[in-house]
Amino acid sequence: MKIGVLALQGAFIEHIHILKKIGVQATEVRLVKDLEPLNGLIIPGGESTTINKLAKMYDLILPVRRFAEKKVVWGTCAGMILLAKEIKGEPASLGVMDIVVERNAFGRQVDSFEEMLTISKLQNGNSKPFPAIFIRAPKLIEARNNAKIIARLTDGTAVAAIQNKLLATAFHPELSDDDRFHRFFLALATA
Amino acid sequence: MSENNASKTVGSFTVKVGLAQMLKGGVIMDVVTPEHAVIAGNAGAVAVMALERVPADIREQGGVARMSDPGLIREIMASVSIPVMAKCRIGHFVEAQILESIGVDYVDESEVLTPADEQYHVDKHPFKVPFVCGCRNLGEALRRIGEGAAMIRTKGEAGTGDVVEAVRHARTVLGEIRSLQQKPDEELMSYAKSIGAPYELVKQTKETGRMPVVNFAAGGIATPADAALMMQLGVDGVFVGSGIFKSGDPASRAKAIVEATTHFNNPEILAKVSENLGDPMVGINISSLTENELLADRGW
Repeated sequence: MKIGVLALQGAFIEHIHILKKIGVQATEVRLVKDLEPLNGLIIPGGESTTINKLAKMYDLILPVRRFAEKKVVWGTCAGMILLAKEIKGEPASLGVMDIVVERNAFGRQVDSFEEMLTISKLQNGNSKPFPAIFIRAPKLIEARNNAKIIARLTDGTAVAAIQNKLLATAFHPELSDDDRFHRFFLALATA
Repeated sequence: MSENNASKTVGSFTVKVGLAQMLKGGVIMDVVTPEHAVIAGNAGAVAVMALERVPADIREQGGVARMSDPGLIREIMASVSIPVMAKCRIGHFVEAQILESIGVDYVDESEVLTPADEQYHVDKHPFKVPFVCGCRNLGEALRRIGEGAAMIRTKGEAGTGDVVEAVRHARTVLGEIRSLQQKPDEELMSYAKSIGAPYELVKQTKETGRMPVVNFAAGGIATPADAALMMQLGVDGVFVGSGIFKSGDPASRAKAIVEATTHFNNPEILAKVSENLGDPMVGINISSLTENELLADRGW
């Protein structure tokens, strides 16, 4: 099992650290050729506009789109924005997931927050809530067709979705020391 | 202040450090107008630093350098969707309160402005907004983190376009971390005393082998090669101040520095992005500056 983390900008090393900790080979992806040996890809948090621009400049959009047709892809925060078919007020980037998102929808940095979430997909006999960290986070406005909401805040706001082998979270499991989301993603990759 | 209810926590150290983690591998650019901010955003900057004067002009014009007009900062905030940072003077906690109230995403307690307090820095813990502070060595970095800084930048020498001090400070900090890892635990308390740093942070730095928060380089970066040099030395990202908007072609240079920061280990790409950028900022050779012209010595 070899997982790549898009390393154009952002918190890619945090994902790599967790993947290595749970025994998975993890590599940085900056160019199209880096995608070839991979079983799955994570698009990390960062500045979505920066990551999107660099992905366009280095011709990564189409190859990642094709990759997402066959293999597992997980986007956290900025990564979720890139995966979405619809971004409020902006053109879509990869546009592979049937979700509608809105950037910075919780406000500026002073509004960034942590919340403990109960996520049934992660329970697996473990009832511990998941520490979700939201940094200038996007909102998941809607999931359509095959995309399904899998996590909500206590106020009902949707914050994670799944669509077959595509996964999106508005928060950052890579910033916590709870590796259950990464294990869940690996289970999707091997399923 | 932290506002907590049963399930939701705002302004925790985790979310303060979290934004810095999202900025990694990126370029933060000094801008003095909304137009500059748009150019920076279009070039792929991860954040902008809203200022009235870039450091090169502060140097040239002299006088007291203070927090920028909040009206100007608001205009810059309205012009881009990326995070906006702004500077307060060292120790000027009221400027910091003002910046927090207008909603900037990061406050830079900066030696580039004229210090307001020659003994004490701002107590940064009570703020909801995160702070970035400068350092020249590990002791200074850990003192700032002890006061609540959620991000560190090595100081370099702002407004010179000479990368030599940025290199010196990054090598010092990263070298000190490497040698700290070799120390046996019984030496840590005396070491903490000798560098004037909190013991717990010294211990944590030894255990993890890295700075407890994200560490960018600043002060003198003017070319794509300078940015890649700092990244290869081991910093997490770069601040570019005067280097962009004091150059001949700011839009192209800004974009090239962004690409160089991503592909810092790829000389072929670095060569390509370094072509045809027009004139770099003229710059000042640091060895020609007198001691009291050095900004990096501010901070205690």
